[in-house]
Amino acid sequence: MNSVVASAERPVAQRAAPRGFTPRQYAICLKGIVWRESLRFLHQRERFISALVRPLVWLFIFAAGFRQVLGMSIIPPYDTYILYSEYIVPGLIAMIQLFNGMQSSLSMVYDREMGNMRTLLVSPLPRWYLLCCKLLAGTAVSLLQVYVFLVVAWFWEIEPPPMGYLAVLPALVLSGLMLGALGMLISSAVKQLENFAGVMNFVIFPMFFASSALYPIWRVREGSPELAYVCEWNPFTHAVELIRFALYGQFNWLSLAVVAGCTIAFMAGAIYAYDPARGFLARRGEGGGAT
Amino acid sequence: MTVSTPALAIDGVSHSYGARRALDGVSFAVQPASFAVLLGLNGAGKSTLFSLVTRLYGTQRGRIAVFEHDVVHAPGEALRLIGVVFQARTLDLDLSIMQNLTYHAALHGIGSREAQARARQLLERIALSDRAGDKVRNLSGGQMRRVEIARALLHRPRLLVLDEPTVGLDITSRADILGHVRRLVAEEGVGVLWATHLIDEAADTDQVIVLHQGRVLGDGPAAKLVADTGAATLREAFTILTGGPAAAGEAA
Repeated sequence: MNSVVASAERPVAQRAAPRGFTPRQYAICLKGIVWRESLRFLHQRERFISALVRPLVWLFIFAAGFRQVLGMSIIPPYDTYILYSEYIVPGLIAMIQLFNGMQSSLSMVYDREMGNMRTLLVSPLPRWYLLCCKLLAGTAVSLLQVYVFLVVAWFWEIEPPPMGYLAVLPALVLSGLMLGALGMLISSAVKQLENFAGVMNFVIFPMFFASSALYPIWRVREGSPELAYVCEWNPFTHAVELIRFALYGQFNWLSLAVVAGCTIAFMAGAIYAYDPARGFLARRGEGGGAT
Repeated sequence: MTVSTPALAIDGVSHSYGARRALDGVSFAVQPASFAVLLGLNGAGKSTLFSLVTRLYGTQRGRIAVFEHDVVHAPGEALRLIGVVFQARTLDLDLSIMQNLTYHAALHGIGSREAQARARQLLERIALSDRAGDKVRNLSGGQMRRVEIARALLHRPRLLVLDEPTVGLDITSRADILGHVRRLVAEEGVGVLWATHLIDEAADTDQVIVLHQGRVLGDGPAAKLVADTGAATLREAFTILTGGPAAAGEAA
């Protein structure tokens, strides 16, 4: 996280940062934002249920149907033949985080249109810090969803090694940050809520399908080398692979580097876009008073 | 009016949205412990000015200072002295009053125990103590506004800015809120900038700033504006200054 903060500071460095806040105040602010996001998530029961049902539908129905169609060979990190349903679990975990990232992005656009965003942005703490807190809060919410999913999957006989549940945590934090930062970057560019459906189609579906979430890239290459190439460059693939390897107690350095790099790039972009001097924020200041 | 460090100093501020100029060389000051009314029709540039003061937008030209802290160069210091009530409702409807207040306090680095103590005090003043645990969704429009004002005061700002705070409220709630904010000025010495298009919200002794099409056309005590324009009432003075009948109600 430190690296994100350090690189993110630069775009807003032109303001002489006042040294008016203690570390304790920064911590209180972070705690407050994480607490509020979690509370909101728990209040929106439909969101919680749909966040859980979505991957389970894939697991229970899609994976069961595809089991016979798609043969799996032994590829790292697996050391034995696995069922297709076991293969797609890391992809579904990443999907949960992808949807969560887009969902918080959506709620940022909504908050901005409704004015709630202003509550956050008029905080005297530096804006890059507020955005980082928001990102961490979104990631925390996604972790909650992922672990509930893993518990349900366990009953479906998806049983990674016990240590994997712990080892996957840092990977999940990182992938959650990357996908959350991407969502935040997108939210800064989306002017109105109505435009969001399009963005979802252009981001979520291509990212999810052109990745190693549903099929190993070597299988893709047999069908279309070009698509395999796209998959290899897709940051989402690396989020999936990072999670997949971690879940089996292994490291994937390439994926780690790609995910960390993308997180920093997306976050720096979002902070740049939310800098008031850039004016990417909703332009019509008077638009808020539809009441 | 004492001559001291102004609570809010706006100096030569201009702002454009592309080709459309929303503010043009706006200058005025609000003193501590005074009630200043920013009077203008919808679309006069009031909300743009608020967005600049609260640093939602960057200042394109001119300077805005809160107790001499420049909002661009020292945004943290400036923002911690400002309490804001936006025109749009900005409470979390699904959270309780107390949760909304402690969230705001956290954004200002105030811990939850301190925040709850302050919140209880403030809620007592707006007669909502017994509803602290209620969801905001169940409040009336006037109650929500009062909670928003309480929230804006949680971090003990010395300048309170309110953007059309009485829009959509009934007459009783309007009077309540206006009275509450005037008491804050008298009792706590808070400087207030109250933006409105409702002329009757300004009292004779208030400083009135007439904003029209992005320009300040008049600035002074209401009684003086009336006298200077040779009008009988502030409404007339406003009409004379803006050069036309006050056709309120156009949505921006």
